Amino acid sequence: MIAELAHYCLILALCLALIQGTLPLLGAARLQARWMALARPLACGQFLFVSLAFAGLIVCLVNNDFSLLYVASNSNSRLPVYYRIAASWGGHEGSLLLWTEMLGLWSCAVALLSWQLPERTVARVLGVMGLISVGFLCFMLFTSNPFERLLSPPLDGRDLNPLLQDIGMIIHPPLLYMGYVGFSVAFAFAIAALIGGQLDAAWARWSRPWTLVAWLFLTLGILVGSFWAYYELGWGGWWFWDAVENASFMPWLVGTALLHSLAVTEKRGSFKNWTVLLAIICFSLSLLGTFLVRSGVLTSVHAFATDPRRGLYILLFLAVVVGGSLTLYAWRAPSVGLGGRFALWSRETTLLLNNVLLLSAAATVLLGTLYPLFLDALNLGKISVGPPYFEAVFVPLMLPVLWLMGAGPYVRWKSAELAPLLRRLRWVALLCVALLVGIACYAATPMVMLGLGSAGWVLASTASHLRERLGHGTADSGWLRRLRKQPRSYWGMLLAHAGIGVFVIGVTMVKGYEHSEDRAMQVGESATVAGYTFRFTALRDIQGPNYTAAQGTFEVSDGTRVLTLLRPEKRLYTVQNMPMTEAAIDRGALRDLYVSLGELTEQGVWVVRFQHKPMVSWIWAGCLLMAAGGALAATDRRYRLKRSRLASA
Amino acid sequence: MKPRYKRLLLIGMGVAVLGLGATLVLSAFKKNLVFFFTPSQILAGEAPRNHSFRMGGLVEKGSLQRQPDGVTVAFMVTDNVQHIRVQYRGILPDLFKEGKGVVAQGQLGTDSQFIAEEVLAKHDENYMPPDAAYALKQAQKAAAQGAQKAAP
Repeated sequence: MIAELAHYCLILALCLALIQGTLPLLGAARLQARWMALARPLACGQFLFVSLAFAGLIVCLVNNDFSLLYVASNSNSRLPVYYRIAASWGGHEGSLLLWTEMLGLWSCAVALLSWQLPERTVARVLGVMGLISVGFLCFMLFTSNPFERLLSPPLDGRDLNPLLQDIGMIIHPPLLYMGYVGFSVAFAFAIAALIGGQLDAAWARWSRPWTLVAWLFLTLGILVGSFWAYYELGWGGWWFWDAVENASFMPWLVGTALLHSLAVTEKRGSFKNWTVLLAIICFSLSLLGTFLVRSGVLTSVHAFATDPRRGLYILLFLAVVVGGSLTLYAWRAPSVGLGGRFALWSRETTLLLNNVLLLSAAATVLLGTLYPLFLDALNLGKISVGPPYFEAVFVPLMLPVLWLMGAGPYVRWKSAELAPLLRRLRWVALLCVALLVGIACYAATPMVMLGLGSAGWVLASTASHLRERLGHGTADSGWLRRLRKQPRSYWGMLLAHAGIGVFVIGVTMVKGYEHSEDRAMQVGESATVAGYTFRFTALRDIQGPNYTAAQGTFEVSDGTRVLTLLRPEKRLYTVQNMPMTEAAIDRGALRDLYVSLGELTEQGVWVVRFQHKPMVSWIWAGCLLMAAGGALAATDRRYRLKRSRLASA
Repeated sequence: MKPRYKRLLLIGMGVAVLGLGATLVLSAFKKNLVFFFTPSQILAGEAPRNHSFRMGGLVEKGSLQRQPDGVTVAFMVTDNVQHIRVQYRGILPDLFKEGKGVVAQGQLGTDSQFIAEEVLAKHDENYMPPDAAYALKQAQKAAAQGAQKAAP
């Protein structure tokens, strides 16, 4: 009964989305105030009905209603209740529902928080979002309905994939989808501007906080995904250049470019055309990512053949969205114009370079991700593109971005001179040289020197910029006062750039100095790896809610004293008869110790993998700093000021 | 500077960056594309020497052997027509099982033994890595063709 009601809610949501996608847009074209006014209530109503449907699916999962195909194939009665809730986005149909739910949430937020915008813009933005929603709701209702019943329900479900049974599953997909879908707001703003032919600094100011929030969620989503893979997959990798990861990384790269381009459009009125194009590309990549991950095309291109309707629909939908918006762009972009002029040597140029580099990086990732799929689809042979390709291409493209990032904030808008820049940055440059000489004394590899040197450059120039900024001003206002007077967007920029620096340090240290050893061990034996001694003290069997496990105990010491006890497990999830490695990690600011139980060989000997990973926590810390920077910038005073001023008027 | 030159310079810079990207991609593609071969193809000498590639098929039942050091393993991978010995030092993935599909990446050794750097076996127990399934299908096709040729 609940499932039918929820299904009905989805159909109602589709009806509302259809009206939301047509009447407000028509109203904006014909200046019909009543039609435009429909946009806000429709967006909220649609969000309500999609939420009801989503709640319905969760209730079915919690109640173990195995007469639903989705529940039967993604849940199990022995699954703990929080994983049953998370199972609502564990499968194809449910994750589409989550996507639509997020879209509803963003539309609703736009409807409720955009009172300072002209009515026509709001109508257009919400109309475009309504159309996207129509696409997703139709896809769900016609090809992947989560509320499909089974004629003969099984006694119990197939269980959620054990790899997904983790706290990461509860937070990672919602964060990631918040990010993906959030770019639909930037996209809708861009399309609205193209339709209206008006694109000015005010437009950039409206669209910027939304883009920032979407970007910050995507950053957090990728961070959680990477962190999760690091401890859950059991072998200590944190980024695999896997197609699923690339799918979320491409929108991030383009989204980062978009943020910087929006800054230029807001501050200087330049790059208008380019900003709009970036917004379109960014959302197109989000869509592509969703479908790549969810259509099954990655496990095999021929997975499409199992349900050709799905594949066809996806291709059509992508063609309509990407093709349609690019056609609109080609038609309307000339009327938008390029915007203000700038000298060759100016902040605009550095940001343009940043954009081109980030976009090229995204393009190379896209190529590496799709090329094997194309070859396979055309029966031209089977190949795979692994991490060596991505590292060989990505690192050289990103190094100039790091160097630009340090210098960029020092360069003046519109027109700058080289001499003052060199004078202001000379101490930073000297510091970096000293740092490099210092590192070279430790016989580091060129890659490590390059990485640490670039990270040092970013951190030192960012810190020096802050010092300079606080140093200016009259003597009577103390530096503390000036510290408080800096706008949040400035702090956001500093934090995000510093975050990149910290991240690069982490990556360089892990890549350069990680150490891994596999040993065959019995209880009582010990192994010394990277200066730490691991003693295998005990082994016992434990019983989990839906798994059995062997748990080893390892006593870790650094030669003089015992540091900690690590308890890695080898689990067997009984429903799907699937083994899983649960690693044990001792985390620290300067190093992680990582122990995983491999396999039991015949003689009662376990193969154990010991890993020493220097500064891996810095990777996560860097991402957190970036996200915090995004949050600060999104809540800058000038975005809020408008609203309160209008509220009082 | 005249605006026209400026624009030309900017465009030039953009083209230079894109060119750099394209060069990197092409050279990285040439060096790092990993091709896939079936055991039959490897024994027919189609696989490259001194270059890393992927191979896959089924792990032959009863072929898994562990070396005295406890960490190195060897097993046979078959496409039901030909088989090849794979040697690997390290921990096998959780879902590695005799009789199931497997994909390995590495190089061909001197005695036509495959030295794997990485062994992959993914997803749930009924799932076959697509490459391994492909290997079986290719071998089947070849065998069927061979039978046809032999018949008349």
